[in-house]
Amino acid sequence: MEPKVAFFDFTSCEGCQLDALNLTGEEAVALLNAVDIVNFREVKTERADNYDIAFIEGSITRESEIPRLQKIRAQAKVLIALGTCASIGGINCLKNHLPMEEALKIVYGKDARYYNTIPARPINAVIPVDYYIRGCPPVTTEIIKVIKALLLGKKPDIPNYPVCVECKMAGNVCVFERGMTCLGPVTRAGCGAICITSGRHCWGCRGLVEDPNIDSEKEILKKYGLTVEKVIEKFKIYDTYAEVAK
Amino acid sequence: MRQVNVNVQQITRVEGHGNILLSAKDGKIEKLLWEVTESPRLFEAMLRGRYCEDVSHIASRICGICSIAHTTASLQATEAAFGVKLSEQALLLRKLLYDAELLESHVLHVLFLAAPDFMGVDSVFPLVKTHPDVVVMALRLKKLAYNLAEALAGRKTHPLSCVVGGFAKLPDLAELKSLRGRLESALVDLDTTVKLVKTLKIPDFTRQTEYIALKDPKEYAFISGDIASSDAAITPLDKYRSVTNEFCVPHSTAKLTRNKRDSYMVGALSRFNLNHDQLLPKAKKVAKELGLTAPCHNPFMITVAQLAEAFHAAEESINIIDRILSKGLKEEENKVKVKAGRGVGAVEAPRGILFHDYTYDNNGVLIEANCVIPTNQNHNNIQKDMEALVPLILNKPEDEIRLTLEMLVRAYDPCISCSTH
Repeated sequence: MEPKVAFFDFTSCEGCQLDALNLTGEEAVALLNAVDIVNFREVKTERADNYDIAFIEGSITRESEIPRLQKIRAQAKVLIALGTCASIGGINCLKNHLPMEEALKIVYGKDARYYNTIPARPINAVIPVDYYIRGCPPVTTEIIKVIKALLLGKKPDIPNYPVCVECKMAGNVCVFERGMTCLGPVTRAGCGAICITSGRHCWGCRGLVEDPNIDSEKEILKKYGLTVEKVIEKFKIYDTYAEVAK
Repeated sequence: MRQVNVNVQQITRVEGHGNILLSAKDGKIEKLLWEVTESPRLFEAMLRGRYCEDVSHIASRICGICSIAHTTASLQATEAAFGVKLSEQALLLRKLLYDAELLESHVLHVLFLAAPDFMGVDSVFPLVKTHPDVVVMALRLKKLAYNLAEALAGRKTHPLSCVVGGFAKLPDLAELKSLRGRLESALVDLDTTVKLVKTLKIPDFTRQTEYIALKDPKEYAFISGDIASSDAAITPLDKYRSVTNEFCVPHSTAKLTRNKRDSYMVGALSRFNLNHDQLLPKAKKVAKELGLTAPCHNPFMITVAQLAEAFHAAEESINIIDRILSKGLKEEENKVKVKAGRGVGAVEAPRGILFHDYTYDNNGVLIEANCVIPTNQNHNNIQKDMEALVPLILNKPEDEIRLTLEMLVRAYDPCISCSTH
């Protein structure tokens, strides 16, 4: 029997699930021969309550999402946070610096009373998580790599070194040399430094590496006349949950 | 005494979360509701206080399927606020990037989300075994669109290289040349898709409504033009609120809209109804071949209009690449001067007209944002379609009623989390 795989979405743009489907024909056939996808609401109607591996996309921003997530955790043997919103809270946490009533009022005006929201949080603020596939969006090959490892009974190899390593390998000119700030030195890799290769800078969508070399980052920043504060300001986009939770 | 109950919680094969509720007794409808339960992310609140350079990066995340549309509308709003005019080269590249997303999104809907209903299966997954050639072809088309977007903007979902005023990095000409060849093959794959769609039995249902889309005298409008309506004169972009008239109801976290009637439609069929004369030749021919003629009032034909537009996007991509290859690309200096002011950007996202409206202070920090999404404009039209459709099918078995209502919602290809945002 192939392992049963389920995808679930919470508060998100559903881009992670969509990119999970960015497969070639051969990859799709191989994947569907190896696993049985039993839940995938974005592309599939039938649903099952029995599954082994659960992928969770999105962060938690409503009370009603908490029991739903707990139920999935109770069922799944392995639970994986898929993408930045699920892993570290992501962009949804940008509203957390406002009182919730005010955030609702900005959007809905006098009708805000119809709706409810709670401060956004990653799924590990609610349930234990076995593995994380970070990235906004995650890289399709990384999703496949994790599924492959799980099928082989191995622990997926998730990078814990900074984006700079991959950026150097990509042969990019350092962003600081181009007069911009970059979160690459402290951000977890796995993306292949795609933002820098595409002419931009790193926004830190994968969160900090586990043991960020802040001193070395400080040295780099000093060389370019910048401060840690200025760089952390950039983190307000993806990693504000960790900042507030501290 | 016949009781009909349909309760679809979280309709599948659409983006986002919505429910269909119907109860009827003795042929009388007691309750009929298209409910939008998506969790609000409150983007208009999240965008406040952000610096102009980061705004499109955040706004892109409104939607994982149409992130290029959101990025483009966002960039155009910021450019309008700062008075930035794009170069001809930047505009061409932006159009090409836009075609990539339109092609991918339409292929995804026609072949993965809509087709399974007609083929009696619950998803594309069983088709991998029964119709492997169709699935491989669909994935090939999707991959091409992804690769085209990657060549231009680094990636398709949440694109990177497109910035306020132009592009941070130019595509590689040899790569564009090779993509041109694959686009020619894509036209053959799309021909195969036409053959498949011809075999699908599209429900015969019509309800006349107001159709709204961008209109540009120069071309079939995707990222330019003003607001056209089947029921009214042209409206300039900055007056979009006089067309959308958003309002809230407790059963929908997405705002609803209406203009000249109870509801209006946006998207591929609206565009076709208003701008069909401007489609490129193959797209025009395919529409005719599939029995789509303007004005068409059958919402189930949205899928057919999308297929015609997929041809248009592929044809336009080839034309643009030819122009780029003959002229070459040159590095352009991209100096943007921030200033206080308001700007409205509008594009035709795959699912319809999309507005981003920003106000900046003189430091380039966003102080107010408003986004009106295609699907939030379509929700009210879906509800009115259901109200017209249900009495016609109420004598059918419950399962058939449920499937027909689900198919109606799916025909709109709704992007529900986007609509609530």
